[in-house]
Amino acid sequence: MRELNPNNKKHVLFTLFFATLYLSTFTFGGGYVIVTLLKDKFVDHYHWIDEEEMLDLVAIAQSSPGAIAVNGAIVVGYKLCGIPGVFVSVLGAILPPMVILSVISLFYQAFSTNPYISAVLSGMSAGVGAVIASVVWDMGSGVVKTHDWINMVIMVISFCISYFLNVNVVIIIITVAVFGLIRTLGNEKGWWKK
Amino acid sequence: MIYLKLFISFLQIGCFSFGGGYAAMPLIQEQVVTLNHWLTLDAFTDLVTISQMTPGPIAVNAATFVGTQIAGTPGAIVATLGCILPSCIFVTMLAFIYTKYRNLSLLQGTLSALRPAVVALIANAGVTILVSAFFRNNAVSFVSGNVEIRMIVYFIVAIVLLRKVKLNPILVMVLCGGFEVGYYTLTHVIHI
Repeated sequence: MRELNPNNKKHVLFTLFFATLYLSTFTFGGGYVIVTLLKDKFVDHYHWIDEEEMLDLVAIAQSSPGAIAVNGAIVVGYKLCGIPGVFVSVLGAILPPMVILSVISLFYQAFSTNPYISAVLSGMSAGVGAVIASVVWDMGSGVVKTHDWINMVIMVISFCISYFLNVNVVIIIITVAVFGLIRTLGNEKGWWKK
Repeated sequence: MIYLKLFISFLQIGCFSFGGGYAAMPLIQEQVVTLNHWLTLDAFTDLVTISQMTPGPIAVNAATFVGTQIAGTPGAIVATLGCILPSCIFVTMLAFIYTKYRNLSLLQGTLSALRPAVVALIANAGVTILVSAFFRNNAVSFVSGNVEIRMIVYFIVAIVLLRKVKLNPILVMVLCGGFEVGYYTLTHVIHI
């Protein structure tokens, strides 16, 4: 079953579309969840991708810019069917959120003046703040646990210049990326050793 | 031209949000609230809340929401295309390179430097949302009447539920919303 028959391509594309559509509709809780489910479907259920290859594809999805759910759909689509696979799986991944948010967007204008809705949203904003704080705590302790003081310096400086000085986020990301690139190159070529 | 503006803005969000989910938040906030004034900070916070309750990546949700609010369904489509186009190109290229070379150590090194910066940017978004929840005039000042003590209580309870009880984040948020509705009903409708 792992070797795909070219005659079966239509079947693979259909499966790909409905799998990503379904996963995207019912996946709450962010991109990492959908990547796990993609693995479950295409590695464990269909056996179209082997485990090790899937891990590498997930690494690509996670380390690239953009939403992890979309990236995960792209790597699986590309692996199974090339460019048509990418097109089909991305469509499946973005249709559900687009439809749902369009509907909510219409309701939002009507309901944003409703006192009950605004009470729900204002109460929930404290909850959202707590969820974000908790995520930051987990990710931040992950950074501290690397015991690499440069990582901590990057974290503190990035926060200060974005929050207090309102420096453009894109500038911060590009600067840090260039720094990381030079540092990695230097480590590999031994520039920092005397 | 509003369609072009939407497209370019979300193209930037798609290009520069590394790490998924929460990582896109500060970029969306900057483009949508700070630079283009398409949403107020309150509406943006509502958007984050709605994104938490619905499936799908926050960037796609934001593109659809902002696009619809600013320029209807065509706006939603243009913004969403902008936000996924960089992924489609970049990830497909990487997948192609991966299937050919399978060696991405330089990329991994670069990304490990980006991770702490991403954490800092998420923290920035979180602090901004909390400041606007805790203080009526969106600025840190402890003048009486400016501090929303109830929100601070919700926050502390939510943190305990998340970290100690390990409750589902969506449930925690819904509970916060439910309590506020209860409070509103008690004080404005029943008049205790």
